[in-house]
Amino acid sequence: MAVKKICGIETEYSIIHKGVEDPNPIWASSMLITSYVQGNEQGFQTGIADSVVWDFQDETPANDARGFAPVGSLPPIVETHLVNAVLTNGARFYVDHAHPELSTPECHNALEVVRYDKSGEVILREAMKAAKSFLPDGEELVVYKDNSDGKGNSYGCHENYLMDRSTPFGDVIRHGIAHLITRQIYTGSGKIGCEVIGSDPDAVSYQITQRADFFEEEVGLETTLKRPIINTRDEPHSDSDRYRRLHVICGDANMSEFATFLKVGATCFVLAMVEDNYIEEEFLFDNPVQAMKDISYDLTLSRPIQRTNGKSITALEVQSYLYERAEEYAEKGGLEYVGGDIGADVLRAWKEVLIGLASDLNGLHTRIDWIAKKRLLDSFAERHNLSFFDARTRSLAVQYHDIRDEFSIFNKLEMEELTEASGVEDGVVNPPSETRAYFRGKCLQKWPEQIISANWDSIVFKLDGTTVKRIPVLDPLKGTKKDVEQLIAECDTPAELINAIGI
Amino acid sequence: MENQKYYESDDESDSPQSTEDKVNLEKGSQVNTNELSSDLDDLLDEIDQVLESNAEEFVKSYVQKGGQ
Repeated sequence: MAVKKICGIETEYSIIHKGVEDPNPIWASSMLITSYVQGNEQGFQTGIADSVVWDFQDETPANDARGFAPVGSLPPIVETHLVNAVLTNGARFYVDHAHPELSTPECHNALEVVRYDKSGEVILREAMKAAKSFLPDGEELVVYKDNSDGKGNSYGCHENYLMDRSTPFGDVIRHGIAHLITRQIYTGSGKIGCEVIGSDPDAVSYQITQRADFFEEEVGLETTLKRPIINTRDEPHSDSDRYRRLHVICGDANMSEFATFLKVGATCFVLAMVEDNYIEEEFLFDNPVQAMKDISYDLTLSRPIQRTNGKSITALEVQSYLYERAEEYAEKGGLEYVGGDIGADVLRAWKEVLIGLASDLNGLHTRIDWIAKKRLLDSFAERHNLSFFDARTRSLAVQYHDIRDEFSIFNKLEMEELTEASGVEDGVVNPPSETRAYFRGKCLQKWPEQIISANWDSIVFKLDGTTVKRIPVLDPLKGTKKDVEQLIAECDTPAELINAIGI
Repeated sequence: MENQKYYESDDESDSPQSTEDKVNLEKGSQVNTNELSSDLDDLLDEIDQVLESNAEEFVKSYVQKGGQ
C-alpha cells in the first residue's frame, strides 16, 4: 500500500580550480565546503552548524534491496575522512569522490524539492564566493550543475523516494525501468556528442540526456561503475521494517525548476501506483539499456522501442499511458500520497508537457532543459557559423550549467519559475516543516554547540563532559513542525529535550 | 481499456492525447517565431559578453573525475 512520498535529491557538482597548474578536485571540493563553514564564522548567513559532523552510524550502502550482493559487485566506499557538514536547513553538504555534493533535506512534495534544490544552488554560490575570499589572488573555484565533462566522465544527480517495504522489489524494477527510461524525454538536460565507451564521440551531434551514455546494467548495486537503471542500494535511513528508500541514479541534474518538478512529481506518482498495484500494463523491453540510449538520441521522439511481447512503443506513448493511469489514480484518492494539491499541479504539468512534446517541441523552451539548451545552441551556432562540435559551442553548452549570477546564461533565458526568491532564501537556513528534517534543522539552530553529530535518522547530543545521548528519528514523517515546534521552544537545553521525549 | 490501442501499437504511433486536448494546448503554447528570434538576438549579444574568453582552452581543461 502506498506511503506518502517523502523525497529529496542529491546533486554532485563538477568543480574546476582556476589559476593553478595541477588542480586536485578532492582538495578543491574540500576547500569549497570548508570555506562555506569558515565563512559562517566571518558573518555570512550560511545555515551551518559548524562544529557538527555527519554521523556514519547508519550508512549501509552495500546492502542490496534484492537481499543478496552479486559476486563481483562493488559497493560504494563511505569516505569518512572527507569533509562533511550538516546544515540548519536539514541538508548535507559534503565531498563525495572528487565532487562537492549537496543533498536536500527530506521534502514532502515535488515543489518543496525544487525549492531546496534552488536553495542548494544559493549555498554553492556562497561557497564559491567564500572560497575566493580565502584563496590567493588569481585563484578561484567554480562549480557547474551538470552531469558529464564531455570526455567520458560522469557524476550524478540522485533522487530518493520513501517506499513501502512490503512492495515486491520486482514490481519496482519492472515498472521503474519503463518509467525511468521514458521520462528522459522531459528530464534530459541535453548534451553535445556521445560518451559511450568505444563509440565515436561525434556520432551523436546532440542528445536529450547527459546520463544515458553511462548506464550499462538494468539492475544493480553500483553507482560509479556498471551503473544500473534501477539501483538496489538498500539503505532506508528509516525503519527498515516499514520503509525502503528507492535511490534513483539515472536522472540528469536540471537547471529548469519546471523539469525538476515534473521529474520528481511524476516519479512520485509512478512509485505510489506501483505500491498500490495500479499500473496494469507491463512495459518490458528487449534491451532497456540500449533503449535508454536510443530514446536519448532520438530528438524526434518517434523511435519505437522493441517490447518483449513482439510489439513496440515510443517513450512518449509509455509516458502518456502512465499519465492517464496517474490521472485516474488521483481521482480515486491517490493525491494523498503524492503531495495533495501539489500532486494535482504535477498532473497538469505532466499533461501539458506530453501534449507539447507530441505537437510543438519548441513551445516547451521555457520549461524543458534539453529543448531550451538546443534552441540556444542552434541560434549561437547559426550566428557564428559553427558546428556543435566547435569549442565555442561546447563552451556555451557547459556554461548553460553555470550557476554564478554574473556568468549565468540560464538566468537570461527567462525560464518558467515555480519558486519565489524569499522561499529559496529561507530554504538556505530553515528546514522543511512537514518532515523529520524540521527536528534536525531546528535542533542544529538552537543547540549547535551541544550536538556532536547528526545524520538522516538521528542526532547525537553532548549533555555534559561525559554523557552523550542519541535521539533516533526513524520515521521521516515524524519530528515535523506540528510535532516538535512547541517542544523545542519550551526546552532550554538538550537534557530537557531528552527528558521531555522520555529517552 | 479504451486507450489501449496507442500503447499497444506496432510501429505506428497514434497520438496519445485526444484531439480536443491537443488543440487547446497548442493554442496555449504556440510560439511567435519572429518574436523569438529577436529575443534570441539580444540574448546572443549578451552571451558573447560572458562566454569564456578562450573557449578552446576552457573546453580542453574541463575534465572531471568520474563520480556517482
